[in-house]
Amino acid sequence: MSARRLRGLGAAAALALALTACGGGDDAATEVVTDAKFPAGSSMAKFNEAGTIKIGTKFDQPGIGAKKPGADAPEGFDPEMAKIVAAKLGIEPDKIKWVETVSDNREPFLQNGTVDLVFASYSITDERRQVVGQAGPYYVTGQQLLVAKDDDSIKGPDDLEGKKVCSVEGSTSIKTVEEEYGANPAPFATYSECVQQLLSGSVDAVTTDGAILLGYTAENPDKLKVVGDAFSEERYGIGFKKDDTKLCNFLNETLEASFEDGSWQEAFDQTLGEAGVEAPEAPTVDPCE
Amino acid sequence: MEILLDNIGKILEGFQVTLILFAGGTVLALVVGTVLASMRVSPVPPLRLVGATYVNVVRNTPLVLIFIIVVFALPELGIQFSFRLFAILAVGAYTAAFVTEALRSGVNTVQAGQAEAARALGMTFGQTLSHVIMPQAARSVIPPMGSILIALLKNTSVAAGFGVIEATGTLRELGRDFPQALYWLFFGIALGYVVLVLLVSAVFRQLERRLVVVR
Amino acid sequence: MSSVLYDLPGPAARRRAQIGSAVGAVVVAGLLALVLWRLIDRGHFSEQRWEPFADPDTWNAIGEGLVNTIKAAALAIVLSLVTGVLLAAGRLSDRSYVRVPVVTVVEFFRAVPLLMLIFFFFLASPSTLGSYGALVAGLTLYNGAVLAEIFRAGILSVPRGQSEAAYSLGLRKTQVMGQILVPQAVRAMLPALISQCVVVLKDTSLGFIVVYPELVRTGRQIYDSYFNIIPAVIVVTAIYVSMNMSLSWLAGWLERRTRQRSDQPVLSAADVDQGAAV
Repeated sequence: MSARRLRGLGAAAALALALTACGGGDDAATEVVTDAKFPAGSSMAKFNEAGTIKIGTKFDQPGIGAKKPGADAPEGFDPEMAKIVAAKLGIEPDKIKWVETVSDNREPFLQNGTVDLVFASYSITDERRQVVGQAGPYYVTGQQLLVAKDDDSIKGPDDLEGKKVCSVEGSTSIKTVEEEYGANPAPFATYSECVQQLLSGSVDAVTTDGAILLGYTAENPDKLKVVGDAFSEERYGIGFKKDDTKLCNFLNETLEASFEDGSWQEAFDQTLGEAGVEAPEAPTVDPCE
Repeated sequence: MEILLDNIGKILEGFQVTLILFAGGTVLALVVGTVLASMRVSPVPPLRLVGATYVNVVRNTPLVLIFIIVVFALPELGIQFSFRLFAILAVGAYTAAFVTEALRSGVNTVQAGQAEAARALGMTFGQTLSHVIMPQAARSVIPPMGSILIALLKNTSVAAGFGVIEATGTLRELGRDFPQALYWLFFGIALGYVVLVLLVSAVFRQLERRLVVVR
Repeated sequence: MSSVLYDLPGPAARRRAQIGSAVGAVVVAGLLALVLWRLIDRGHFSEQRWEPFADPDTWNAIGEGLVNTIKAAALAIVLSLVTGVLLAAGRLSDRSYVRVPVVTVVEFFRAVPLLMLIFFFFLASPSTLGSYGALVAGLTLYNGAVLAEIFRAGILSVPRGQSEAAYSLGLRKTQVMGQILVPQAVRAMLPALISQCVVVLKDTSLGFIVVYPELVRTGRQIYDSYFNIIPAVIVVTAIYVSMNMSLSWLAGWLERRTRQRSDQPVLSAADVDQGAAV
């Protein structure tokens, strides 16, 4: 793949090239299926016929899902996974309509049809499964801490008592450190803003999923570091409208196929892998109810 | 309803922070506003220019942007405070521009004869302003000042997006944890704001009744 | 410039003023230089930090953000005008069963922070509103309540003799309103209305709480992507200030023109409710 050869140019440039290289027929996994057949009336048939799909993703998390201002599409692991699913639905990557979702608005957006699917570092939880469907997981990570490189006082969540910890409003991470470890929460709008606060010394630590944090250490390797073991398990799933079992089965099958044919691995290597995140084992998907 | 009552402690804590921001912001806005208003009517052109520039820029900038400038740009200059103090700085600096304008139009309502008499007595600009004009101007600006401070009270809510958990931030947290009780939480916290606004208006109505000059 | 506050300066005062000017200029320039120096020292004016602004994509994004800001502000202004008229009519009603609920609604929406309103609409009715709808709904109700007060004050600013004369000619209340008071009030209210547009334009930035992609949010995306907060803030502030100052200038010009053309009272935002305009 071109991404391999061009690593020096950085993930973003390489990714763009990789994408143009895809569809050339050398890569079975992300090739758009042109003759897909789906049961009549199913959501898959609907997306296939429409030839487009609305995907909710993060726009502000390097490695996971980030969109440069003015760019057409976000880049990262989540958008790559979305493209794999879209390809199986017979939808070209440039026909995907990307919608920004943040922690607060993922459920509402799915419920009201603003988006069809959510790929947005969307942890599977029982509460969320009450209101939306979640297929997968396609990635498992855990909550960790990002601190300044020269800070030795924080080695893990137990050192957070009374420390100022930044995370994003509406996220589960901020609640955990506040309620279980006695940290002073400092909610901000995006993780990037949290990282700026950390760089300027206004907060002591930033907390969220390790994969997201590692994306930032890759950008500032001499100023930031991730410390401690993961103190929670976050399983990223694909969000969809509740009770669409057929769609859930399709998503799970697509994920499993991508684990096997290497396209999942490739999506990871091109994005989070570039940022230095260790390649994980392919997770086992939850059965659809 | 139950959830609202169960979390009343948390909500009151939130309002406590709102009040801290309000008090700090009020003091800052009044002090800075008075200084700037004096500059705007002073005989020294550069001072007038500084005052006018401040008012024009700040009044036409969204508060969110002022927050961004204070919270993200000040640390770049090596200025580092707690988020609460940052929030006080942001709302105070923003409101100061409106206080300045209210005071300036207040100065204009004081009859010219007052200033002329003061000058005839040999008072300097500083004396005229502080002993004769400002005390009278302050009275005629009490009604607009009340509105400005009510706006300040409401504007403290923007701090919820910048690292401070005050009353609106509390609604955000509780709304996330108890989506089923959203309406109760919203109306409960809204009621808190309504009560505070009524209190501020009542204080200013009292002030007005006591101090207002009949002309 | 002369003022009632001080005499036309004589030689001594002029000298003092000149010294004061010089000292003031030096202090201000010094402060600015210090800030600039620190910013340069930390690389905020380096080419790398400004480079994104040489990229047309960045300006496309800013343009999009500006369009979204104007889209939200424009719809909110139109809807809040309608809401404002209805609420003002209700408030001026002679019937207490109309007046009392309307007064309650107006006072409620004036007392609750706009940010909280927007957030509430977003969560409470996401299926129909979305972030654009929630922002517009919040702006509409809040500004509708404020405009209702401007309208009411505008109507009340028309000299009493006008309506008395109209009533004595045998006009009904609706006729007095529609033919006598409203036409005169509109002229008096115009500057205040334009000032309120500035407020709405600024307040669209509160859409950050529901991730509405307006101008300030675009600026945040730019500095999130390129870690160039100072350049991004400078650019966005410049756009906002020039846009709003043009509007404020228009309001001021209209106010002066109206004052010159008639002895009729003119409402500036300050007369009505300064706080609401904050």
